[in-house]
Amino acid sequence: MTATAPIAGDLADVTASNATLRRFLHGLPGVDQVGVEARAAALATRSIKTTAKQFALDLAVRMVDLTTLEGQDTPGKVRALCAKGLRPDPTDPTCPQVAAICVYGDLVPVAVDALGDSGVHVAAVATAFPSGRAPLEVKLADVRAAVDAGADEIDMVIDRGAFLAGRYLDVYDEIVATRQACGDAHLKVILETGELATYDNVRRASWLAMLAGGDFVKTSTGKVSPAATLPVTLVMLEAVRDFRAHTGREVGVKAAGGIRSAKDAIRYLVVVNETCGDDWLSPDRFRFGASSLLNDLLMQRQKMTTGRYSGPDYFTLD
Amino acid sequence: MSDRSERLAVRKTYKLYVGGAFPRSESGRTYEVRAADGRFLANAALASRKDARDAVVAARKAFGGWSSATAYNRGQVLYRVAEVLEGRRAQFVAETADAEGVTAGKAERQVDAAIDRWVWYAGWSDKVHQVHGSSNPVAGPYFDFSVPEPTGVVAIVAPAESLLGLVSVVAPAIVTGNTCVVVAAEAAPLPAITLSEVLATSDLPGGVVNLLTGRAAEIAPWLASHMDVNAVDLAGVTDADLATELERSAADNLKRVVRPPLGEPDWAADPGLDRMLALLETKTVWHPVGI
Amino acid sequence: MGTGMFDYAPAPESRAIVDIAPSYGLFIGGEMVDPTDGTRFKTVNPATEEVLSEVVAAGPQDVDRAVAAARAAYDGTWSRLPGRERGKYLYRLARLVQERSRELAVLESIDNGKPIRESRDVDVPLVAAHFFYYAGWADKLGYAGFGPDPRPLGVAGQVIPWNFPLLMLAWKIAPALATGNTVVLKPAETTPLTALAFADICRQADLPPGVVNIVTGAGDTGRALVEHPGVDKVAFTGSTDVGRQIARSVAGTRKKLTLELGGKAANIVFDDAPLDQAVEGIVNGIFFNQGHVCCAGSRLLAQESIADELLDRLKRRLGTLRLGDPLDKNTDIGAINSPEQLERIRELSAVGEQEGAERWSPACDLPDRGYWFPPTLFTGVTQAHRIAREEIFGPVLSVLTFRTPAEALEKANNTPYGLSAGVWTDKGSRILWMAQRLRAGVVWANTFNRFDPTSPFGGYKESGFGREGGRHGLEGYLDV
Repeated sequence: MTATAPIAGDLADVTASNATLRRFLHGLPGVDQVGVEARAAALATRSIKTTAKQFALDLAVRMVDLTTLEGQDTPGKVRALCAKGLRPDPTDPTCPQVAAICVYGDLVPVAVDALGDSGVHVAAVATAFPSGRAPLEVKLADVRAAVDAGADEIDMVIDRGAFLAGRYLDVYDEIVATRQACGDAHLKVILETGELATYDNVRRASWLAMLAGGDFVKTSTGKVSPAATLPVTLVMLEAVRDFRAHTGREVGVKAAGGIRSAKDAIRYLVVVNETCGDDWLSPDRFRFGASSLLNDLLMQRQKMTTGRYSGPDYFTLD
Repeated sequence: MSDRSERLAVRKTYKLYVGGAFPRSESGRTYEVRAADGRFLANAALASRKDARDAVVAARKAFGGWSSATAYNRGQVLYRVAEVLEGRRAQFVAETADAEGVTAGKAERQVDAAIDRWVWYAGWSDKVHQVHGSSNPVAGPYFDFSVPEPTGVVAIVAPAESLLGLVSVVAPAIVTGNTCVVVAAEAAPLPAITLSEVLATSDLPGGVVNLLTGRAAEIAPWLASHMDVNAVDLAGVTDADLATELERSAADNLKRVVRPPLGEPDWAADPGLDRMLALLETKTVWHPVGI
Repeated sequence: MGTGMFDYAPAPESRAIVDIAPSYGLFIGGEMVDPTDGTRFKTVNPATEEVLSEVVAAGPQDVDRAVAAARAAYDGTWSRLPGRERGKYLYRLARLVQERSRELAVLESIDNGKPIRESRDVDVPLVAAHFFYYAGWADKLGYAGFGPDPRPLGVAGQVIPWNFPLLMLAWKIAPALATGNTVVLKPAETTPLTALAFADICRQADLPPGVVNIVTGAGDTGRALVEHPGVDKVAFTGSTDVGRQIARSVAGTRKKLTLELGGKAANIVFDDAPLDQAVEGIVNGIFFNQGHVCCAGSRLLAQESIADELLDRLKRRLGTLRLGDPLDKNTDIGAINSPEQLERIRELSAVGEQEGAERWSPACDLPDRGYWFPPTLFTGVTQAHRIAREEIFGPVLSVLTFRTPAEALEKANNTPYGLSAGVWTDKGSRILWMAQRLRAGVVWANTFNRFDPTSPFGGYKESGFGREGGRHGLEGYLDV
């Protein structure tokens, strides 16, 4: 662990009050928008071919949180999605499983039942997803219900209104309370980076979520545009890297929303690789929140083995 | 027995150019366009106030993207327009000859001049700022600079000279990032529509230029009074009373006004910077200098 | 530089697109011609030491022919063309560069050693952009601020370096032609091939014969060119030493001279800098193009309070740089251009160690053949060290510290050079305060090594005089 200049003497003091938390978060290095976007764009020029591409495609599949978050979701839809997550490519048994199925809290029992002990996790969105606008008790009850129903992972949303109004300690306290309500389930903290607007805010919110005990920081709900972008994810990866250097704890990153092609996904993995290295190249530390991405990953996998371009008829729509 | 009957030409339909597409007038009206020698050429769309309204919406929509494109990109797009114009030189020569009743030779010179004029303006996109912007040595510890910015949506009444005149009013407006709604020369609108076809196939985003054919006296007042139009160029308004009325109308939201030229304009002459500068704002920024 | 789980497989750019002739003549009067009194020498791929081709070292008579051809073209054709038509030739050249961009990028990487990603994404696009930009000035000179009808000078003799061969060619030829001059250009001895490809582009553009002439060769050819009495304008980019010699040689003549020489730029990082982007800026500043950049940020001035943290981040970042085959699309650091340059870098690095600075490089596998040097940084450097004063022109960064803005400024300016500088801070006023006081022709704030045809580039003091790019770039080629 390399020595770093003390950003704050003792992190426990940092959350003593809103003022100290604010000073800490605003004391983190700023992010230059043009610079970070240029860095992300440069990383996107990496050419990933042959064995590297095969590795990346398989890893990407294993990192997918296959997601359905629609008002019109039904048990039938969730069961279909689970079947897909267990066996993504009907023609290729070597295709790995996805990391998790991500659903609304009330459909957790269906997913738990369908996934059994396969190892594919059940992730539930909670805390009045996607807006987060509800009293804390309601949001925590949402979490407990999902955990009780068997969810392995909870994806919460932060209170962006409180964050943008500078009430950082309120945001922090809610995450802490949510983490407690999760029990053994892992907590992913959705920052909704599209609403945070600046990269400085994304860095601050990432640190806030990590200080509060989040296991993952997640870019977006997928319901607001822009959702995940390469530069935003880069900033979050830098934050988790710095957090480990400072505290020793490894927090994961989930990029969700707007990642549709295998090419996109591979670019994200390059960014993970060159920012955080091997330790984050695993489903325990990086996830893609996606739905249509999976089929494109499968199509590219098929092309690598058959040498031919494939078409949508050869992959299932669930 | 040889068949010596003449081949029938497939005649072209001339429609409006709005938002990157070629719709007919919502009014369904057309008007006859005749060559200088009286030959029937086509029925051109007779644009209505609603077409003008839609065109302004399209121009406004396109403004954000076009004005925030890099100057280099705008220059590239305009240069591409010139390339496509050159490729269609023969077509334009024929249409211009018909429209203005001039010889093929004169039409060729006009078309060449129009293409060269377009190239001239393309080269200004990344130079206007250097010629018209400045850093200002204010008497205090401030860095002070002035930059030109496009004014927004420009309504243009195109002059009678159907191609060179048209190019001379459209290019200076858009090269700096403005978008425009153009009322083509009433008696000779066809080269304008063919130019629109060139624009549509040259990477120019839809809505940057919108072209209406019809009666300036009918359409121009709706543009001059439109509260979402930022400037109006009256180049083609020959009726002094109409010009005055339009300028008065434009005053309602203090549009920038380019008045019609005095006397017979020579569109072949060096245009200078006037038309570009008239459609630019200047933004001056101050920032302290200190540790 | 070690490989981890995600090992990028080779991603080679194909060489098939490039067709290198076994030997080349000189491009004079619109044709490739045999030399009169020149000799031949070989040009080599610095990444593999493979011989690429044989080119001419033009002799004095060859240079004379070239200057005569340029004069004939000037008098007979080029000076009579309206600016509008000159501009259209330049637009053609720009378009042809765009059309042949992949071929040119591959050729540049093979001949120079720089990564294909850089020649493809930086060099060649800027080349096209320079020609586009200056094409647009050709018929607007009266608006450029040099009077209503500024005239060209005549024949320009231009000598360019090996670090950005085609880009330096564009920086020289585009403004010269736009303003109405004709040119004789000598590319660097180790990188002639893209200039010779450009000769072919001139042919495709139907450029009138003699407007552009390319004479290859080394120092002697360059001297013959700049000293030729038939040349009205001399433009040189290269070392300060040679620049001095040229300045002496034009003394007493009426030749107009512009020089773009060496540098030892300070890249200044304040404690409130956006740190991760500053690290990128430092890396870009000294390791882009293997550090073969006159305006490289070769001195890192780190504010003492964040120096350790900055260095940790920097070292970690250097560990992800990929050194190797320039034609691999994932290569970040390519080959050193020549054995002579490699020797100089090694020599000065040894001096750095001898003078007590601490040397560090990330773990790096260097290929067996070719000329290679790993990214290197020296900490504990002070202004008194030779590696803080002398231009190394390689991937070697000297790290110094400072306490206050005034001290940073003093150290940054404490050099005979004055080409560029970098400032990293979140505070706007400080950027402007530093920029106002830095004696450097280009100041980059929160960025580094950004170039644009509209943006004037050039140095103060011994980094040369005159500007390339922008409206200012016209002046060197006008009789004003």
